[in-house]
Amino acid sequence: MRYAMAIDTKKCVGCSDCVIACQTENNVPIGYARDWIVELTEGSYPNLSLEIRSERCNHCDNTPCVRTCPTGASHIIEGGIVKVTHSECIGCGACIQSCPYDARYTHPDGYVDKCTFCDHRVANGQDPACVSVCPTKCMYFGDMDDSNSEVAKIVANRKWKSLAPEAGTLPQIFYLV
Amino acid sequence: MNEELIISGRMNPNIDPVLHVWHWQIPIYLFLGGLAAGLLFFAAYFTITGKADKYPTAVKIAPIIAPIAIVLGLIALLLDLKHKLYFWQLYTTIRFVSPMSWGAWVLMGITPTAFIWVASYLKEIMPKINADSKLLKWMLGLIFTFKNEDEAVNWDWKYQFLRTYEVYIIRNRVLVAWVMIVLAVILGVYTGILLSAFNARPLWNSAILGPLFLTSGLSTAAASIMWMAKNEFEKMVFGRIDILLIVIELFFIIHLFMGFLAGPQVQVEAAHYFLGGEFTVTFWINVVIIGLIVPGILEVMELFHIKIPVIIPALLILYGGLMFRFIMVEAGQVTRFLY
Repeated sequence: MRYAMAIDTKKCVGCSDCVIACQTENNVPIGYARDWIVELTEGSYPNLSLEIRSERCNHCDNTPCVRTCPTGASHIIEGGIVKVTHSECIGCGACIQSCPYDARYTHPDGYVDKCTFCDHRVANGQDPACVSVCPTKCMYFGDMDDSNSEVAKIVANRKWKSLAPEAGTLPQIFYLV
Repeated sequence: MNEELIISGRMNPNIDPVLHVWHWQIPIYLFLGGLAAGLLFFAAYFTITGKADKYPTAVKIAPIIAPIAIVLGLIALLLDLKHKLYFWQLYTTIRFVSPMSWGAWVLMGITPTAFIWVASYLKEIMPKINADSKLLKWMLGLIFTFKNEDEAVNWDWKYQFLRTYEVYIIRNRVLVAWVMIVLAVILGVYTGILLSAFNARPLWNSAILGPLFLTSGLSTAAASIMWMAKNEFEKMVFGRIDILLIVIELFFIIHLFMGFLAGPQVQVEAAHYFLGGEFTVTFWINVVIIGLIVPGILEVMELFHIKIPVIIPALLILYGGLMFRFIMVEAGQVTRFLY
């Protein structure tokens, strides 16, 4: 099993509903975010192209954050989801330094926190909060190892890119372009 | 002209707009750890080679700084942790892929070794302890007992097992030195490897950082020994060692930037922070000119018997070493892959 997410940048309008849904679902402290919207404008006026992305932890296959964690608080659970055990985290910041996506932050309570792919929802067969609220249905979540899953099919059929692949982390969020 | 405008909705404290997870504590620790590693390295090296009597400052006196530096460095590390009361989780596991994990274990080994080393020479370097105030007397009384004033050494360890242990350590000093030299080299290299393990920060992601930090640590230690040395011979030898280390360090720095400029785009960008970008003046003036070239020239002048107070090159090298770590930690967090 390998959970992954595909996000259609052609359908995303940047409404930030995923951000609010995540903050509500996971009780993210005010001023922090586990997912966020990035707007990228490229070209020279008037020939501009706009790309909107909903970004979060890439739940990489090659995880520098898990590698550099000195206590083993950062770990990978079934399905390739990267999680942090709060009671083992000493808040040293090594994982934050090692993440090319800057997807982690230090919770005001001291431990490091991040996107969990809403594993508590996924365990019950639900989609992550961000996916389930998306008004344009631009996000797909599922098992990449199952070739019949929606996410595996759309990644197989559409052109996609991932973020900073040169960092060698094998990210598992696929941006459809 | 093709332009790229990125607007990110993320505004996490200490992550945006520029990553600033590590503050003053980490460079302070890297400096103190490197200094302690260097001091213990020299003490162990001259013991192993059987020259302990030729270099009394390096072997007996200067190592006093090491445990103090390590303890202060550990306090800095603890202050850096955001989940402080959970620090013991470091010692529930050994993770060889995480430099911070084995670094923590090396510190666990080298801290007592440094204390033992200093304690075993204490009778030689401090034969008379005079406690004037009552409080001081009470505190010293916890581990010392005081003998008659007239004796050559007016104190002894309070507990018999400490005395037995002391005899054992003094007899096996070379063995302790071997353990210490290995731990010191690992500690010295570790201060650099710690940073180079983070591939997400292009400025740190260079294998040369390990030897560079080790050399810099050795050079700050040599400068301290040179400063503390009483006899001219030791001053001169450590002045020469320092010149050698400065030259090696300059080569490593050039090598570092050569590697970056020949590397991927993100590392080229990282190098440009130092070659025209915002860290250019800070780095080349503070670290390279004030911290390496000027003391290097002063020490070469010293070789030609031009009298220069030893404190000047020593302080400049210590200053350069400290600035080097502050700038590397600060600048590394500015360099990134995405935005």
